[in-house]
Amino acid sequence: MLIYILRRLGFAFITCIFISVLTFAIIRLPPGDFVDAYIANLAASGSSISIDQAEAMRRAYGLDQSIFVQYWSWMVRVLQGDFGVSMMWRRPVTEVIGDRLWLTMVVSLAALFLTWIIALPIGIYSAVRQYSIGDYIFTMLGFIGLAIPNFLLALILMYFGFRYLGLNVGGLFSAEYVQAPWSLGRAWDLAKHLPLPAAVLAIAGTAQLIRIMRANLLDELRKPYVVTARAKGLTERRAILKYPVRAALNPFASSVAYLFPYLVSGSIIVSLVLGLPTVGPLLLQALVAQDMFLAGAIVMMLGVMTVVGTLISDLLLMWIDPRIRLEGR
Amino acid sequence: MLQTPMADHAAPAVALAVRDLAVQFRSEQGVVRALDGVSFDLHAGRTLGIVGESGCGKSVTARSILRLIDHPGIITGGRMVLDPSTPREIDLASLDPESRQMREVRGGRIGLIFQEPMTALSVHYTVGNQLIEAVRQHHSVSVAEARNRATELLRDVGIPRPETRIDAYPFELSGGLRQRVGIAMALAGDPDIVIADEPTTALDVTTQAQILSLLRGLQEAKNISLMLITHDMGVIAEMADEVTVMYLGRVVEVAPVRQLFAAPRHPYTRALLRAVPSILARPRQRLSTIGGAVPHPGSRPFGCSFHPRCAERVGAVCMERIPDPVPPGQAGASCFRTEVPA
Ligand SMILES: Nc1ncnc2c1ncn2[C@@H]1O[C@H](COP(=O)(O)OP(=O)(O)OP(=O)(O)O)[C@@H](O)[C@H]1O
Ligand code: SF4
Ligand SMILES: [Mg+2]
Repeated sequence: MLIYILRRLGFAFITCIFISVLTFAIIRLPPGDFVDAYIANLAASGSSISIDQAEAMRRAYGLDQSIFVQYWSWMVRVLQGDFGVSMMWRRPVTEVIGDRLWLTMVVSLAALFLTWIIALPIGIYSAVRQYSIGDYIFTMLGFIGLAIPNFLLALILMYFGFRYLGLNVGGLFSAEYVQAPWSLGRAWDLAKHLPLPAAVLAIAGTAQLIRIMRANLLDELRKPYVVTARAKGLTERRAILKYPVRAALNPFASSVAYLFPYLVSGSIIVSLVLGLPTVGPLLLQALVAQDMFLAGAIVMMLGVMTVVGTLISDLLLMWIDPRIRLEGR
Repeated sequence: MLQTPMADHAAPAVALAVRDLAVQFRSEQGVVRALDGVSFDLHAGRTLGIVGESGCGKSVTARSILRLIDHPGIITGGRMVLDPSTPREIDLASLDPESRQMREVRGGRIGLIFQEPMTALSVHYTVGNQLIEAVRQHHSVSVAEARNRATELLRDVGIPRPETRIDAYPFELSGGLRQRVGIAMALAGDPDIVIADEPTTALDVTTQAQILSLLRGLQEAKNISLMLITHDMGVIAEMADEVTVMYLGRVVEVAPVRQLFAAPRHPYTRALLRAVPSILARPRQRLSTIGGAVPHPGSRPFGCSFHPRCAERVGAVCMERIPDPVPPGQAGASCFRTEVPA
């Protein structure tokens, strides 16, 4: 078990290093260096700096050093929480991102939990009552959910929410809480705004997970240990929930790993449509403006989060499946 | 029809009487009559061997008794009477499979032992967890008490160091030990009837012998009525008191074990016996397997179902009519050869 955990941690670490190299490459991607970009930026707004000043800046940022040294010093600064300065906003990147990272997490996690909560019972129902009317209805709804792009769904829901329910849709906060510091009231306000974006994001993943759960459970239901459970005298409900459902849970654990990046990237467009203060729209703006420090920081943070998600999924798998847990006992 | 009493001495009570059991699997491809009028008696404290080639309906019979046949199988006729001719008699075929009464029978009156000791236990729970659950399903005892009983059960089935093995997962045990756990599981509710569906088929020869002798020992110690399903005549010779031979969802011969081996009456039984590579076979005798494949129950041959493979057909009658079934509760064969000409 320890070996398993250590191995997973090792993989996670290596992946993080790759992500950082990639991020560094992104930052260095535009022609010229940061100072050139900075000068161009200044020129655009009508001011300028001298060549000496530019050279001093290059030295300060170590841009005259070799690429490896530059990577290393960049890494050291990143590990200290310094992601550089956003050119677009002329403020430290961490400040620009601010709450957005956590709000992205909150929205994605809410979508993930919603996915589970909906997919688990429906998946079980569809497998146990295979080919029932309910199974067909859920299958159909699932395919519709898969087929509709989620930004369209967001628009539709917004329209109906606004038109018929008089909801103040869009955003994650009501007007009075947008700028307010964190408080219980603000958290509650957030909770009230979460369901719509979470639902929009969750739909496609839910449809997918239901299909997987149904297929897995159908497989498991045919296995002899289910008959063993029934032959003990257990009720059908208990026999199914304790044994085959448990065995079919693995995809739920894996879904943390594969749904998470999907939710995060999916949230970019949905966030734009719904006006959510997540990192998605910010990333888009940063890319358009070639604000590479900002873009790099966001990409890196999302990448690391995904790695953490994968790690969590591995630990969940270990918890669910004793064969993994006892590996090498 | 040639008939002989089942046993010379006073026959023990019948624990389970199956009469004319019929089971069908209906699908778009058509109706498969997996069982087509199966009758037999399981005597208290005895071993009834059920033998036949793959697909003849042995497992379906076992599952039907516990009302556990897979969808789309349905029982279309017949009775399965527990404790017949006593005040307690119940016809399992008349119960709702999900009823409390039926669930009390499962594990509480009738225990089931499976063929595949690996897949018959869940890998997600410890042996103890699964065993304690079975104990508590039929005895209202505390978890601690159930755990003690589970440990005792593991000891009864010959598992060394049961106090530690109880916390093992099934995949940590060898095939033989796993099958012992499977037996312990079947016994957890103190059933008086045990159905063992090919309990040794998946095991190697040495382990097979050990499991069989364990079953025999347990049967004597707990006075269990054992229904032993196998396709191995060697196992029948070693274990059974009475034998029911099945072919394509029907019973073709019923006989006490000695009589079956000494004077098999049905051509199918004779063919099965010739196919046994056992001590019964004379040295250097060529092993004969039965010619021809088992037809699918969905396309049952007309007349006597065995006629396409029968080497001893008596004539056109074999192709035209179905021989009378073996009369319930008696020894006999379902074959025109054994019918006394009127
Ligand atoms: N789930 C099912 N769906 C459709 N038909 C089935 C199903 N289970 C059993 N049958 C039918 O019932 C027949 C008898 O099956 P059964 O499993 O009882 O055979 P068996 O005698 O136990 O054979 P084996 O020695 O291989 O275990 C099969 O030939 C098959 O046609
Ligand atoms: S009835 Fe005829 S075909 Fe069938 S087993 Fe007897 S002799 Fe063979
Ligand atoms: Mg079978």
